[in-house]
Amino acid sequence: MFDSLSSKFSDLFGSLRRKGRITPEDIESTCQELRRALLEADVALSVTEAFVEKIESRSLERLPEIRQSTNQSEEIYSIINQELIAILGGQGRRIRYAKTGPTIIMLAGLQGSGKTTLAGKLARFLKEEGNTPLLVAADLQRPNAVTQLQVLAESISVPIFAPEAGNGVGDPVKVASSAITYAKEKVHNVVIVDTAGRLGIDSELMQQASSIRDAINPNEILFVVDAMMGQDALTTSLAFLEGVGFDGVVLTKLDGDAKAGAALSIVEVTGKPILFTSSGEKLTDFDYFYPERMASRILGLGDIATLAEQAKRALDGDSAKRLEEKFVSGKDFTLEDFLEQLGAMKKMGSMTKLLGMLPGANSAAMKKQIDSIDDNELVRTQAIVQSMTPSERRDPKILNGSRRARIALGSGRSVTEVNSLVDRFSAAQKAMKQMRSGGGLPAGMALPGGMSLPTAAPMNSPKIAPKKKSRSGNPAKRAAQEGR
Amino acid sequence: MGLFGSFLSKFSKSKATIEDLEQFRQILISSDIGVGITEEILELVKREKSEELSTAIANSLKSKLSTSLRVINLSSDGPTVILIVGVNGTGKTTSAAKLANYYAKSGKKVLLVAADTFRAAAVAQLQTWGERIGVEVLSGSSNSDPAAIAFDGAKKAKDEGFDFLIIDTAGRLHTKSNLMDELGKIQRVVEKVTSVNEILFVLDGTTGQNGIKQAETFAASVNLTGIVVTKLDGSTKGGIAIATEAALQVPLKYVGFGEGIEDLTPFEADGYIAELLT
Repeated sequence: MFDSLSSKFSDLFGSLRRKGRITPEDIESTCQELRRALLEADVALSVTEAFVEKIESRSLERLPEIRQSTNQSEEIYSIINQELIAILGGQGRRIRYAKTGPTIIMLAGLQGSGKTTLAGKLARFLKEEGNTPLLVAADLQRPNAVTQLQVLAESISVPIFAPEAGNGVGDPVKVASSAITYAKEKVHNVVIVDTAGRLGIDSELMQQASSIRDAINPNEILFVVDAMMGQDALTTSLAFLEGVGFDGVVLTKLDGDAKAGAALSIVEVTGKPILFTSSGEKLTDFDYFYPERMASRILGLGDIATLAEQAKRALDGDSAKRLEEKFVSGKDFTLEDFLEQLGAMKKMGSMTKLLGMLPGANSAAMKKQIDSIDDNELVRTQAIVQSMTPSERRDPKILNGSRRARIALGSGRSVTEVNSLVDRFSAAQKAMKQMRSGGGLPAGMALPGGMSLPTAAPMNSPKIAPKKKSRSGNPAKRAAQEGR
Repeated sequence: MGLFGSFLSKFSKSKATIEDLEQFRQILISSDIGVGITEEILELVKREKSEELSTAIANSLKSKLSTSLRVINLSSDGPTVILIVGVNGTGKTTSAAKLANYYAKSGKKVLLVAADTFRAAAVAQLQTWGERIGVEVLSGSSNSDPAAIAFDGAKKAKDEGFDFLIIDTAGRLHTKSNLMDELGKIQRVVEKVTSVNEILFVLDGTTGQNGIKQAETFAASVNLTGIVVTKLDGSTKGGIAIATEAALQVPLKYVGFGEGIEDLTPFEADGYIAELLT
């Protein structure tokens, strides 16, 4: 998310940090670079200029004060951070629920921005929060948009209102308004209306959207925007604001490496906050938007808050506590615990995405590490551990040759892979013992399957680049490696 | 010529002013062509006369484009195989249908293959198009292996004497390396049956600078032979298409500009650039 933008900022501050005393010229050249970085990040020209100007004048204004500071580059950094948070919407806003009757959420946006997928994600998310959403298929334009929504609704077990098959047939206004009646009858407290994608200048579709709006009187109209969008985001969002109007923005496809500068532009020129972000192919890749997190992410500080929250959600309270107790009490971390961790990891989403949230994830070295991770490794590792008997998991020492051969057969992996997993696991166990006795996590230490160690510790450590060590096939050599 | 006239002609023949350049800088940057190209071009043309500025910019933009032919490579033997690739939501399926319609209308026997088995109902979307334009659509079940369907399509096209085989693939964000590998696999598998003549990268015309990165990553997995830029019926100028071609030297071949089945036209550099500079 905002990757390239943040790596630009990282570069910027790297060079600034090397300077001791900051001069007005430094500020000017920093702002020049900042300007370029923002433009390359697709922030609209006018927004960029205004932003940079603000930073420049505020920095110059506060220069005497900044110079008192022991860390002058940090001060400039914080000015930019504050301004970014201010643009991104200050405090994040939540969905405004209707006081009586169902809360009606209408989705609008360009074609291909991800509205239909988002409708599904939003429904799932709101359902998880205890609501009883109803999905409404009012995109009767795009071929099979209705079918797509039906498939999504089914996969998340959310009811759908889709009386028309779509594909250009049917009246979306009628569908939307009868959906509301239906929702009231069936006592759904949230109604999510998916509408046809449109282009900013297409007055016919724009008219259709405003007719839907007038017919159902939504509590929230959400404008769905592709994070990869370029300079035209400005024109398009203004056209939508004028033509249909919207109350909030949803950013999609944030799992790509787009700089997502469009988000800054839209929020700045329309004054509407970003409510949610969507960042992946899974229906769970969806969350509230947190301006302060995004700002620190842009500035290369990583997104620890999101990571911690996801971890909390994935590891249910009990098992996390059990693991922690185990760790503190000095009991051995077994393959059984590890299996549980793997399951939790899988729930959290892809490893690459998780690691991308860590501080420093944008540095070239870290990026390379992250790119080299194969998310399937997790599945393979899990398969191997699952093919072990409970007693083997508790005590891997009993794994002799024939047991290993059986596990390999059972998991569909090779004996070498089983061996390597067991080896790496015992190495990790050793490392944990060391850590408990105060040694700290050895840099580059990794659990089998490229996993980092459990507990909160690695979350704070930017050094956990999970490196798959190449292991020698020669047993003697391998023993030497381990003895290291 | 009166005093005023001579003043005017003198003025219009004068060198480009800072204001002139600034105006074009805004136009270029707002078109998504990128700050790098913009600065480079303006540096090149800043000594031009004011009224020739637009032409000079257009010419230097053109000089950055690929010199390859902007036509679909046709197969000399067996079906012409066209693979459609791109990130999510750029208009791959619609572009595939438009191309299929174009060839079907000119009397060719066309087979469409729905190798997008990931997105809910993508297969159905292509099938609906197929019915509308009267083109046969081959598809597998949802979540089946796209390479296997592509393979079946290639075999069928070859055995049954189709002129064109157009394979629509699932949208994939270029940052997902496993999905990019899958694309390479589709190409390799099809090539076991017949050669792949075109791999068209579909670029959303509203995309910002990320477009170049997308194309670069796709080009690293499969051998891109052309770009289709879509959604140009909105307010976007689509400068990213020019920037992408300039960066990759892969020619733009088609422009998509609407939801209608015939809203696809061959890319024409002069007109495109002129439009961009207005």
